[in-house]
Amino acid sequence: MTQVIPISRSDVLDCTTNAVISEKGQREVFCGLTGIIWLHRKIQDAFFLVVGSRTCAHLIQSAAGVMIFAEPRFGTAIIDERDLAGIADANDELDRVVSELLTRRQDIKLLFLVGSCPSEVIKLDLSRAANRLNGKHGSRTRVISYSGSGIETTFTQGEDACLSALTPTLPNRRTRGKHLLIVGTLADVVEDQLSTLLRKMGIEHFDFLPPRNSSKLPEVGAETLCLLAQPFLADTAKQLESRGVKRLRAPFPLGAEGTTQWLQAAATAFDVDQKLFEEVTHAPYQRAKQSIERHRAQLEGKSITFLPDSQLEIPLARFVYQELHMKLLEIGTPYLHRQIMGPELEQLPRTTRLSEGQALELQLDRCDADQPDLIVCGLGLANPLEAKGFTTKWSIELVFTPIQGYEQAGDLAALFSRPFARKLKLVA
Amino acid sequence: MQLTLWTYEGPPHVGAMRVATAMTDVHYVLHAPQGDTYADLLFTMIERLPRRPPVTYTTFQARDLGGDTAQLFKEAASSAFDRFKPSAVLVGSSCTAELIQDDPGGLAKALNLSVPVIPLELPAYQRKENWGASETFYQLVRSLAKPAAKDTSPPSAKPSCNILGPTALGFRHRDDVREISQLLQALGVDVNVVAPLNASVNDIQRLANADFNVVLYPEIASTTASWLERQFGQPFTRVMPIGVSATREFIREVATLTKLPIPDGLEKDMHSVWYSRSVDSTYLTGKRVFLFGDASHVVAAARFASEEMGFEVVGIGTYSREFAREVREAAKKYHVEPLITDDYLAVEEQIKSLHPELILGTQMERHIAKRLSIPCAVISAPVHIQDFPARYAPQMGFEGANVLFDTWVHPLMMGLEEHLLGMFREDFEFHDGAAPSHLGSSRVAEPQATALKGSAQIDLPKPPTSLTSPSSWSAEAEKELGKIPFFVRGKARRNTERYAMDQGLSTITVETLYDAKAHFSR
Repeated sequence: MTQVIPISRSDVLDCTTNAVISEKGQREVFCGLTGIIWLHRKIQDAFFLVVGSRTCAHLIQSAAGVMIFAEPRFGTAIIDERDLAGIADANDELDRVVSELLTRRQDIKLLFLVGSCPSEVIKLDLSRAANRLNGKHGSRTRVISYSGSGIETTFTQGEDACLSALTPTLPNRRTRGKHLLIVGTLADVVEDQLSTLLRKMGIEHFDFLPPRNSSKLPEVGAETLCLLAQPFLADTAKQLESRGVKRLRAPFPLGAEGTTQWLQAAATAFDVDQKLFEEVTHAPYQRAKQSIERHRAQLEGKSITFLPDSQLEIPLARFVYQELHMKLLEIGTPYLHRQIMGPELEQLPRTTRLSEGQALELQLDRCDADQPDLIVCGLGLANPLEAKGFTTKWSIELVFTPIQGYEQAGDLAALFSRPFARKLKLVA
Repeated sequence: MQLTLWTYEGPPHVGAMRVATAMTDVHYVLHAPQGDTYADLLFTMIERLPRRPPVTYTTFQARDLGGDTAQLFKEAASSAFDRFKPSAVLVGSSCTAELIQDDPGGLAKALNLSVPVIPLELPAYQRKENWGASETFYQLVRSLAKPAAKDTSPPSAKPSCNILGPTALGFRHRDDVREISQLLQALGVDVNVVAPLNASVNDIQRLANADFNVVLYPEIASTTASWLERQFGQPFTRVMPIGVSATREFIREVATLTKLPIPDGLEKDMHSVWYSRSVDSTYLTGKRVFLFGDASHVVAAARFASEEMGFEVVGIGTYSREFAREVREAAKKYHVEPLITDDYLAVEEQIKSLHPELILGTQMERHIAKRLSIPCAVISAPVHIQDFPARYAPQMGFEGANVLFDTWVHPLMMGLEEHLLGMFREDFEFHDGAAPSHLGSSRVAEPQATALKGSAQIDLPKPPTSLTSPSSWSAEAEKELGKIPFFVRGKARRNTERYAMDQGLSTITVETLYDAKAHFSR
């Protein structure tokens, strides 16, 4: 049961050595600042202060869609001409804004200074600013900096930058014994489900990064093993490795198969008895399979192209190929990290076209030539592609919706089938 | 440096995008890093445009900064030109590119494209979206407009005008253009060009052929209209035709400019004036309203609110600093302090302290209103997807006045409904906790028990606004209160308690009840 279900089709698997189309041009993606939208919901006593321009503020507000919170736990210190002309010292100004903010928001225990394109270009040193501000406010609020700038980070890489800035501050683990660290933001409900499964297998010592509260930073040490729950965390993994943490090789917990393989990696590392593992995973695995089935009937044989967005593209492609039996045309990803993606690429058919980076117009030309049944793309492109007759799925929904783990496998499949179901319903 | 949580306007290059996207055959090459493409979704998702904005982003990265970002710009511009074949190219920088000073204008000129290239200088650390739209439109017109063609039209030809200001992502621009075009047609005026919305480069070139200009949205078109007046002697309209009075003024303004008589029947589909005079609207009188938005919509809406709805304007403000003067003047008229700010929290504070009964604002105020449970209607950009309705819903002209009446009344409880609620408030089948009777009596909610405590001894549910009163009711006073007609009893109780508290009385007697009545009926 834990074996990968052999696909009835005669595809030759493994595209780890496939040539990759590497392109440079217009990128239709968000920058790393966008990660603030989910990170601030996860770490509930943290504030994210972008040091940037009006564009940065407008971006986060537009990407977040609605303003649910009057005083959100993120904001922008907007650089103005006085700062640029040197009339005001940008560092003094930043200190003033931070003091104002922390006076107003006494509940904030962790402040992220988030670098942006303008702050990078004017070389405003936010790590020095963080040190300075820690001296002033550190007793109550810890200050950490990272960059979410578009010149350095693409969309989900913002989370990578945030977590790798957080990693050096994780306390040293003193307790003996193996310890598991699950890395990458997951919805609380997903964390809870995975926790239950791990405990049933007898794995008791595990933590999640990022934590729900900044006072509960997980400890790491030489006996810590880490398992990435999100595929875009290469720098964080590297940082953790430098702390002596060992990274477990696994695909990502998407779909029944992905989740099983991901859990298996933990089980093997913790010497969990295989029989116990199967006992624990049997029922949820079957449930997941069952919930996927209905959608597979609708999606089997349909072709799909992923435009680059969140780096979730390759694991998602593996899921739609393996469990929904869709036909992969092109999988675009902003960055291809072969080591981290290895266990995923092994399970993709060799005919898959992989592309890295983006030259938007050329990629859209390929869509025109390929005529995929479904295009997974960003919000800026979805309606124009629909108007041209394509069927699309907003990629951002795949980032904001809980899709990991067994109980979400059906929801994940539904995200792909819903655009078709809707088109079938509409007759006008 | 200024701390900002939410922003009313985007950066100025988004204003330029609104102009470029409105037009049919220009392309905007924007020197910008990855991430700035977020602006596309404003158009494709919020306005639901079925096409991509005509914008190419150079997408430079950190590793390009040491190298040749200028070359990157030139390549992006020339391949965009080859691919999209625009009739004119706009070039400019977003905030980050402004810092690296590559001079997109100069670089594009060096490409020797076969169409006009219009460089845009939009200082991102100083200016904002509306200014960016205005400046872009102005630069386009300045570069492209030609002197009027030799007048070959017969002397009997109708006077003509241009309609200036509507853009992509504008609040109801599509419908305002239709309404005002129809009105102008009815007045006997031809519309030469509407710009920038749906205009081509060729249309911009023939702007001077019109006799005058209609400035629909001053924030975007004033600068251009003034230039056209200086350059080609075209006068322009000053009145924004929002509301019946303003529309009539606008008609007189056009009639004066064209020396045309005002035909009959222009107002045949106008209903808002009668609806407002209908007795059911009496309850609208003196409703306390707070207005916030762009300057021209706020000033126009305040006038409609006060003169045509009978509301009381208790607060007025704008985020457009460039047009603050107009709002200050309007504020004087309503004897209120204007709020000129783009700090969302300041607006929320002001609303909290004013306790308005209706908020007329942008989508930001819609969120404030939702949090504070105050009715709200949207009158100005920035707006969200629900403010791009499928149906025809202009803000301007006589149909616009109909729309305003409906959409402002809608969030309020209907007048008759309000009276009935007051009258039957204590009825056992009709109190705050009761479910509507058509849903079946089993749905009756819990507080029923307290509401049934005997007719003379009814405990009104405490209104949420009342402060915890230290005064207690004497038995006689309570009994006396029971004699007061039940549909005003709640108000009498509240007023009496407030009065007692102000007077520092610990017990409310029958005397207090009537003292309070006298006090409040002054």
